[in-house]
Amino acid sequence: MASAFRTRAGLALSRERVRGNIRRAMDGLVAKRRAAFPDDAELAQLRDQGQAIRDHALANLPALLEQLEQRCRVNGMQVHWAADAAQANAIILDLLRGHGAKAVIKGKSMVSEEIGVNAYLERHGIEPIETDLGELILQLGNEHPSHIITPAVHKDRAEIAALFNRHFPDEPCSDDIDQLTALARRVMRARFQGATVGMSGVNFAVAETGTLCLVENEGNGRLSTTAPDMHIAVTGIEKVVARLDALAPLLTLLTRSATGQPVTTYVNMISGPRKPDERDGPREVHLVLLDNGRSRIHADPELRATLRCIRCGACMNHCPVYTRIGGHGYGTVYPGPIGAILEPQLQGLQVQGELAQASSLCGACAEVCPVRIPIPQLLNRLRHEHAEGPTASQSPSQSASPASSQSVPIQAVPGGHRPGLQGRVWRAWALLHASPARYRWMRRTIGGMGGLLDGPFGGLLGGLFGPWTRSRTPPRLARRGLQDLARQEGFADD
Amino acid sequence: MSARNRPDAVMVFGTCLIDLVDPEAGLAAMRLIRREGIRVRFPQAQTCCGQPAYNSGYRADARRVARQQLAALAGDEPVVVPSASCAGMLRHHYPRLFAGTADQALAEALAERVVELCDFLHRVLAVRLVDQGPPVTVALHQSCSARREMAVAPAAAALLRGLSQVTLVEPDHAHECCGFGGTFAVKEPEISAAMALDKAQAVAATGAELLVSQDCGCLVNLAGTAQKAGLGFQAQHIADFLWQRTQP
Repeated sequence: MASAFRTRAGLALSRERVRGNIRRAMDGLVAKRRAAFPDDAELAQLRDQGQAIRDHALANLPALLEQLEQRCRVNGMQVHWAADAAQANAIILDLLRGHGAKAVIKGKSMVSEEIGVNAYLERHGIEPIETDLGELILQLGNEHPSHIITPAVHKDRAEIAALFNRHFPDEPCSDDIDQLTALARRVMRARFQGATVGMSGVNFAVAETGTLCLVENEGNGRLSTTAPDMHIAVTGIEKVVARLDALAPLLTLLTRSATGQPVTTYVNMISGPRKPDERDGPREVHLVLLDNGRSRIHADPELRATLRCIRCGACMNHCPVYTRIGGHGYGTVYPGPIGAILEPQLQGLQVQGELAQASSLCGACAEVCPVRIPIPQLLNRLRHEHAEGPTASQSPSQSASPASSQSVPIQAVPGGHRPGLQGRVWRAWALLHASPARYRWMRRTIGGMGGLLDGPFGGLLGGLFGPWTRSRTPPRLARRGLQDLARQEGFADD
Repeated sequence: MSARNRPDAVMVFGTCLIDLVDPEAGLAAMRLIRREGIRVRFPQAQTCCGQPAYNSGYRADARRVARQQLAALAGDEPVVVPSASCAGMLRHHYPRLFAGTADQALAEALAERVVELCDFLHRVLAVRLVDQGPPVTVALHQSCSARREMAVAPAAAALLRGLSQVTLVEPDHAHECCGFGGTFAVKEPEISAAMALDKAQAVAATGAELLVSQDCGCLVNLAGTAQKAGLGFQAQHIADFLWQRTQP
C-alpha cells in the first residue's frame, strides 16, 4: 500500500501541465543563478563567508536573540516570543484585535504559512489579504505555495488569466503578463489604501542594530510594512545575525541563489516605528520571534546546520525530485531538499519521516546551497534516526529561546526508531554480506539458478521488485560472479 | 595520489552490483590496469561496501558489512573501484561510519587509498588508449557520485575523448540524477521512474547508439528503462567499453 507521501507524489507526477510549468521555471532559475555566479572561486569564497556568518549566529543564538530583543526595544519596537505556532497566532490575533483591525495585508512570508496564520485569522473573523502577486494567485485559487520563493510557480499564465477573470469579472484580461500584473496592481492598490495593519516576514534580523531586513521585488513588502499604522513582523528565531555588515554577503548569496538577481528591487531595512518628527511609517512595529521546534534542532550539533538556511530555494530549483513533483507533491510548507530535512525535524519522524526518503542523495542541493548545508548527510542522519533511534552522540541541551526555556532534555528529532520488517530485511542482508563464505554461497546459488532466472522464476523474482520492473526491464543476473572470473584470469587473491 | 606516484600494484574492489549483473565490467577494469604493467590483486573476501544499508539509515548493519571490507582490503596498495558510488562510500563515508569505534583508524587509512577507476586510468596512469573499433556515437552518463562526491567526472570524459573513432555526445540535463539512488528506486519508485524516463529519453534524443557510465547502478536503471520504453540504445560499463575498443 502506498504511503500518503507516495500517493501525493504520484498525483503530482500525473499532472503533466504542472510538471511542465515547474520544469520550465526551474530550468530558468538554474540558468539565472549560474549566470549570476560566473566566478567559481569567488562563489566558493562567498559561500564560506555565508556559512561562517550563519554558524557564528547559531553558535551564539541565545545571546544574539537577547541582544536583538534589547536593540529592537530601544528602537521602539515591541518584541514577542512564541514557543509554537499556537502562541504566535494568539499574539498576532491579540495585536489585531487590540487595533480594531478587520483585515490585515500581508507581504510574502513562509513563517506565516508555517504557523497557518491565514486560516487562524479567518476563523477569528479577520481577513488576511495576500499582497504578493504569487500569494494573491494562491489565495484566489485556495492553494498553498508550491515553492518558497515563487509560490505560484506551478501555474502558467493561461491558468492565472482564467483565475483572474473568474474573480474579477468586471475587469476582463487576456493572458498577457503585462495585463495580468496591471490588473493585480489595480486590485492591490485599493487594498493597501484601506489597510490599518500589515504583516511581513523577515529575511535577516540584525542583533547589533535591531534592524529587520526584508527583500522583495514588488514593493508590496514596503507598502505592507510602511503604509498601515501597525506592522507585525514574524520570523523564526534562527534568522538573527550578529552584525549589520553580515547583510552584504548574505543578501548577495540570497538573491543570486534564489533568482539570479544581483539585488532585489526593494531592500527594506526596518528599524522601528515612525519617530515623532517623521511624517509617515507605522506607529507600532511588533516583532514575533517564533521557536516552533527550532530550539530542539539547535540543540543537536549536527542537525543545527539545518538552521543556517537563508530560504533562497536554490536546493529545490536544482532538485530532480522537486522538479518532478513540485511543492504540492511534498505536501509540506517547506518542500524540496530543505523541506525534506526541516519538516521531519519540525513535525517529527512519525509524521514526516518519509520525506527523508524522498531523495536519491544526488547531492545537487548541497552543491548549490549558499551556506553549505550538508543536506544529503542530514538526510542520512534522519534516515538513521528513523531506522535505529536517536544517535548517542547528540547532547540534549537547554532551549535557545527564552520563550521555551525548559530544562528538560530535548530529543533532537521526535518519533524515531521504527523496528519492523525493514529492520529484519537489513539484518538478513548484513548476515549474508558480512561473511565471505555466506556471500559466496549466495552468489553461487544465484548463479546456479541459471536458466531459471530467464524463465518464469525470474519473472516471479521480478514480481517481488514490482515497483522496479513496472517501468524497467530487470537486468540479467550473471551466472558466474567476478570472483570466479578473476581467479580464472589469474588475478591473485593476495 | 598523482601521476608522479604510479603504484606497482593495486587491489580492485569489484562491487556487489558488478559481481551480480556485469562481472565482465569488473574483469575489464582489472585487465585495463594489468595492461599498464601493474600487478592487480582481487581480494576474494570482498563482498559489498555496505552503502545500501548505510543510505537506508541502518548503520549497525552497514558497519557489520563494511568491517568485512576493512579486513578484505587490508594492505598498502591503492584500492581501485569501477564505481564512483561505491568508491565514494569507501572514501567519504567509511570514516564517518566508523568514527569513534575501534576501527576508525583502519577506515581512515582505507579511505585514503581509494581511487575511482577512470580517475586512476586517466589521472594517475595517464593511459594512452588506441582505438581499434569502428566509428560510434556514445553518450556518457556521469553518475552523481562521479560528478559531486568524488569529483572525477572529467576523467571518464577525457578517456572517451582519447578514442579516435568515438564521437562523444552529452544528453540534455546531463548534470541531473538518473533516478537510481540505490534504495531510492525501490522506496520511491514512481519518482525514480519519472527521473529515469526523462534521462533515458534525453540519451535517446542525442542519437547515440550506446550509453556508457562509470556506475553500474545508473546503467542498470537506464538500460532497463530504455528497454521497457523501446528506446533504441544499448548500455555498457565504461570499463568494458574501453577494454573492448582497445582490443586488436
